[in-house]
Amino acid sequence: MDPKQLYQEVILDHNKKPRNYGKLAGATHRAEGLNPLCGDHIWVEIKVAGDTVDAVAFEGQSCAICKASASMMTGAVKGRSVGEAESLVAGFRAMVTGKASDEETKRLGRLTVFAGIKDLPSRVKCAVLPWHTLHAALRRDASATTEGDADPAAQAG
Amino acid sequence: MNAPAPLERHAPAARLDVERIRADFPILTNVRPHGKPLVYLDNAASSQMPRPVIDRWLRYQTHEHANIHRGVYQLSELATAEYEAAKRRVQRFINAADEHEIIVTSGTTDSINLVANAWGRTFLAAGDEVILSQLEHHANIVPWQMVAEATGARIRVIPCSDAGELDLDAYERLFNARTRFVAVTHVSNALGTVNPVAGMIATAHRHGVPVLVDGAQAAPHMKVDVQALGCDFYAFSGHKLCGPTGVGILYGKRQLLEKMPPYRGGGDMIRSVTFEKTTYADVPARFEAGTPPIAAAIALGAAIDYLEGIGMERIAAYERELLEYGTRALAAVPGLRIVGTAREKAAVISMVLADVHPHDVGTLADHDGVAIRTGHHCAQPVMQRFGIPATARASFAFYNTFAEVDALVASLTKIARMFS
Ligand SMILES: Cc1ncc(COP(=O)(O)O)c(C=O)c1O
Repeated sequence: MDPKQLYQEVILDHNKKPRNYGKLAGATHRAEGLNPLCGDHIWVEIKVAGDTVDAVAFEGQSCAICKASASMMTGAVKGRSVGEAESLVAGFRAMVTGKASDEETKRLGRLTVFAGIKDLPSRVKCAVLPWHTLHAALRRDASATTEGDADPAAQAG
Repeated sequence: MNAPAPLERHAPAARLDVERIRADFPILTNVRPHGKPLVYLDNAASSQMPRPVIDRWLRYQTHEHANIHRGVYQLSELATAEYEAAKRRVQRFINAADEHEIIVTSGTTDSINLVANAWGRTFLAAGDEVILSQLEHHANIVPWQMVAEATGARIRVIPCSDAGELDLDAYERLFNARTRFVAVTHVSNALGTVNPVAGMIATAHRHGVPVLVDGAQAAPHMKVDVQALGCDFYAFSGHKLCGPTGVGILYGKRQLLEKMPPYRGGGDMIRSVTFEKTTYADVPARFEAGTPPIAAAIALGAAIDYLEGIGMERIAAYERELLEYGTRALAAVPGLRIVGTAREKAAVISMVLADVHPHDVGTLADHDGVAIRTGHHCAQPVMQRFGIPATARASFAFYNTFAEVDALVASLTKIARMFS
């Protein structure tokens, strides 16, 4: 894969100016995500009211792939129901591990900029960490780690 | 630095016929990552194997293989003789006084675990202290922590400066009546610092304390003389020395080895076995339970022949040129900072590129054919010391060229621009 396909403008832009970065006032759930291999270390905070994810924020230290993935995730999930958020988590995970059909991938909209990561096995964890952490927050787990599994959400979820 | 000095490429003293050397390494031409020529700069993780070593391995498997020390038939005797000859080759390579001081292990990690267990569990008691340094690879930290946990011993740590040099005054001050052991790396894999181990060993010996030197990053790049160093143990790996994976060496002074119980039980390490009592074999067989990596050990002997055919001094001199050239050339990359600027360094350059994460650097460099290591290099305490999660690391071998340094610089420059 040509790295330019992966490191597109969108991703570089989200890396430089991450959206919804920082603490979330009035957060109801929070989870910590760690990728021991490369040291990506993030926190995801969400505010759930009724069945709706009202707001999402993240912070931490990570590579561009992880940071852009987290930044775009916050936009994609905001305003969705908890069930919709969980199905986005599952869809993203399927896409980056190469298990999604074209149809399923298409449904992810702008998030398809991450599709190429499936050809870089060592970097799948970077892209999936924020989603895994979101999943943990939605389930009220305190932490998530990608240790020992390229598709960690699969075992937790 | 002011005006950049013109980059002089060849120091007359260090002239190696690198093109001829490169022709010995099939992988350098066989492989084209992402369609680009391979620029292999991850030699500190593992080095490549030249044709004579590959051929030696093949000849062993096709003409000489049998289990050793067991059969009375000719083939077994041949394999045994070749294996023993390889061990004597290792003995000469590091100038050990006695062939019984060479133990074949599976690698540096295994060698250190052997000492931590066989020596540590025998001679450490609650409240005793083991000195390590801030620059250690996890392989020279975790085994000691495990033994400390089991015995109640404590770990003390020699700090390092911002340049990545050990604080020798602090080292001296760590010694007290409870100090029992020092384990220190010869060369830092994360920063390239060459530690002044000879002096550090002398200090420890003044306090009656034995020293293990982790030589994983030193043995491939400089002449090592264990008698001149005076170390009590010296550990290194075959696969960083142009040899195969699965084999490593532990050198230990005979008087010390003889006081140590076995670390693992099994065949080949006994004198006699009954269900009531087993008596152990002499040193070093006592520490070599089971069938050793025979083929790998013999290939390691061939790798040493190959390196010494070039000459360790010439290798060190040439790699120093690569280091100096690389250090100067990389200064031109926007936002690049070198972590680890010790006065004495091996050809290892650890880098941080502005706020670009090292893993992004690694992925993008790979697409230019440049293989560098990114991450914490199994040396998290080093990263903690410098307050960074990871670095991108280029580590050189004698088969690398100045043009490859240029390829690294070009790739990093492109990446820096992409993220700016
Ligand atoms: C300084 C140092 N010590 C120990 C090791 C462990 O070597 P091995 O994995 O071959 O056992 C390494 C390898 O990276 C190293 O660089």
